[in-house]
Amino acid sequence: MDFDLSEEQQLLQDSVTRLMADRYEFERRKEYAKSAEGFSLPLWRQYAELGVLGLPFDEAHGGIGDDGVGTMIVMQAFGRALALEPYLATVVLGGGLIQHAGNAQQRDDILPKIADGTLRLAFAQTERQTRYNLADVKATAKKAGASWVIDGEKSLVLHGDSADKLIVVARTSGAQRDEKGLSLFLVDAQTAGVSRRGYPTQDGQRAAEISFSQVALPESAAIGDIDAAFPVIDRVVDEARAALCADAVGAMDAMHALTVEYLKTRKQFGATIGSFQALQHRAVDMFVAVEQARSMAMLAAMTARDEDAEVRRKSVAAAKVQIGRSGKFVGEQAVQLHGGVGMTMELKVGHYFKRVTMIDTLFGDADHHLARLADAGGLI
Amino acid sequence: MDLRFTDEEIAFRKEMRAFFDSALPKDIRTKMEEGRSLVKDDIVTWQRILNAKGWATPFWPVEYGGTGWSPMQQYIFLEEMQATPAPQPLQFGVNMVGPVIYTFAKEEQKAHFLPRIRNIDDWWCQGFSEPGAGSDLASLKTTAKRDGDHYVVNGQKTWTTLAQYADWIFCLVRTDPNAAKRQEGISFLLIDMKTKGITVRPIQTIDGGREVNEVFFDDVRVPVKNLVGQENKGWDYAKFLLGNERIGIARIGMSKHRIHRIKELAAQEFDGERPIIDNPRFREKLAAVEIELKALEMTQLRVVAAEGKREKGRPDPASSILKIKGSEIQQATTELLMDVVGPYALPYQTDQDVGWNEPPVGPDWAGPIAPTYFNYRKVSIYGGSNEIQKNIIAKAILGL
Ligand SMILES: Cc1cc2nc3c(=O)[nH]c(=O)nc-3n(C[C@H](O)[C@H](O)[C@H](O)COP(=O)(O)OP(=O)(O)OC[C@H]3O[C@@H](n4cnc5c(N)ncnc54)[C@H](O)[C@@H]3O)c2cc1C
Repeated sequence: MDFDLSEEQQLLQDSVTRLMADRYEFERRKEYAKSAEGFSLPLWRQYAELGVLGLPFDEAHGGIGDDGVGTMIVMQAFGRALALEPYLATVVLGGGLIQHAGNAQQRDDILPKIADGTLRLAFAQTERQTRYNLADVKATAKKAGASWVIDGEKSLVLHGDSADKLIVVARTSGAQRDEKGLSLFLVDAQTAGVSRRGYPTQDGQRAAEISFSQVALPESAAIGDIDAAFPVIDRVVDEARAALCADAVGAMDAMHALTVEYLKTRKQFGATIGSFQALQHRAVDMFVAVEQARSMAMLAAMTARDEDAEVRRKSVAAAKVQIGRSGKFVGEQAVQLHGGVGMTMELKVGHYFKRVTMIDTLFGDADHHLARLADAGGLI
Repeated sequence: MDLRFTDEEIAFRKEMRAFFDSALPKDIRTKMEEGRSLVKDDIVTWQRILNAKGWATPFWPVEYGGTGWSPMQQYIFLEEMQATPAPQPLQFGVNMVGPVIYTFAKEEQKAHFLPRIRNIDDWWCQGFSEPGAGSDLASLKTTAKRDGDHYVVNGQKTWTTLAQYADWIFCLVRTDPNAAKRQEGISFLLIDMKTKGITVRPIQTIDGGREVNEVFFDDVRVPVKNLVGQENKGWDYAKFLLGNERIGIARIGMSKHRIHRIKELAAQEFDGERPIIDNPRFREKLAAVEIELKALEMTQLRVVAAEGKREKGRPDPASSILKIKGSEIQQATTELLMDVVGPYALPYQTDQDVGWNEPPVGPDWAGPIAPTYFNYRKVSIYGGSNEIQKNIIAKAILGL
């Protein structure tokens, strides 16, 4: 057992942390958010130069074959910086699906372009009724001669408005909530019949409503086996959940540090408020919550690629519960201990609070995963 | 001991409910139900309807336009109004500066200001907090120096709710920097917001809303006749005001309305084949909040029933319980709504920022839910933070 980073991992952490410290101070972030894409394209290219965008891919595809720990390191740094770039959408979700389900040709075509920063993807899965059930899909793909024709409405597609290509989950057979009968398709966002409506999210990122109307695709657009996409979707979404856990830990770390700093500087009643024992204990409770979350984010990172789907599912679900609960406590208390200034857009702390709140709603909130885990007989 | 309301109280409740149901304009009611933000006009319209009925300031003494209702009737009035759900009359006038004026101010100030407060002819805001004086209000630094028949005010207030609408601000200012105790050099001044030297700068809250402001005073000349009571006695008036601020702070009626709303939306929104409300885990979470609310209601009723027997003007330290639990329950209801809305908490589609006139993303009631959750973190911060309330209970009730 070893929780230390390897030399390469340490290097990765140092370089990403340095980049974010240089390029992501709070005022800059506001500028990035205001751009058409809602994030920084120049930074995206810098991530590529650092090798971050190909992290999980093998060397032949411009990556370094990361086993999950590298993604955790990067996501924590992004969480701390409140980064806006579509890393989760493009690398973890999009890249993950191509990597695990794509054929050799698709991997050769797509992965190097993700790694060098020239192609951005989004994962069009959720629909109005889906909530957190990955199998609940109404959009259809029907065979018409040699092409596939896609119809349906996708919702809450993370960074769907600026992606070059979309990976769409569509039903090729079965009933609305059947796991069997789902297939994946790679769709150029400019294809006739695709229309997108982008909007900002509560945490300053971007998402889109995307509708597919008679979108005709060549046979080669299908990714993986027809009707059999569910297991790979389940797996890649678990990888995304693990990544989000790390993102949340970065945000929690930062919130906690800001709060402790504030307790040491803010004076009321002639003393720093950190001298009040009630607040000391609260800061300690936050600290404990962050460390518990960190432990579970590590568990998720190290099991998200586990061959045993049962082990992977349960560990990731448990981590998502812990992150949801810790995030809520740490976020709410960070605001509370800042008093009025914690309630403002002007301080970073409130933005972290919103970010961890939104992370909880992505791919299943704490209650959802708690129920899943409880119904599956628990963890231990 | 008897849990029943009297026949008169039951009849009174019916009368209140019937009035609120018929008198509240539909558009305001819809905004309240959906948790959307009200504009100035909504508050003014509603308060004038209440005032026409003689109910804008029911708690005031009869001679100044009050109703003479018993504490229990006042409680029923508030609860029914919140449960409608109707907005409350503007607190800063009706619950804060109004009572200070009729208790401590000169006759001509009473004659001028009180009717205008009742009819919301003046919009009042509260200038207490400063950047360096929040929980520790007595450390405030804004100064007022006497210059002939004026005070010259310099300094800064902050978190001033709805100052952008305000005609008048009531301020705590330091008039004697050399007083032996910090509390002894403070005065209570009424300041016309149109006076030269006042600048209002909005502060955006995390939900995107614009309800609070900074207010800067740069050589602002305020006639001495706008002093309330005696110079350097302002702290006493402020304490009196903060005691009154706790009236209705538990917001029981409002939380009851929220519970109904949660049930209604949870019956509409589906998770797979079943509505959220049919999920036993969700129902248990909801019921747990309902139990807390019922307990708080009972506690509130105990405080109200004891009110007639207590020395006038001395707030019950138990009102700190109402503030702590009331704010926690209000926050819990916003969290339950987050559970109901699920993934559709994500889009930022608030009506507060101009520019959102697109069709809604997800259910059409989703927009205000996450912003309300974020915004309601404030209720455990303002009005004396929950930590400060606990300090009060520890000291005043437990003797620690
Ligand atoms: C939305 C909103 C609207 C407001 N509207 C108004 C308004 O209209 N007019 C107005 O005058 N003010 C208003 N306020 C200000 C409000 O009253 C103050 O925010 C509040 O008094 C807390 O002060 P602070 O923000 O300076 O926090 P601080 O006093 O700096 O407190 C920071 C943290 O320390 C804790 N703390 C402080 N002292 C102690 C202690 N002794 N023991 C334990 N914990 C302690 C607090 O509970 C808090 O968690 C508003 C505030 C908000 C958020």
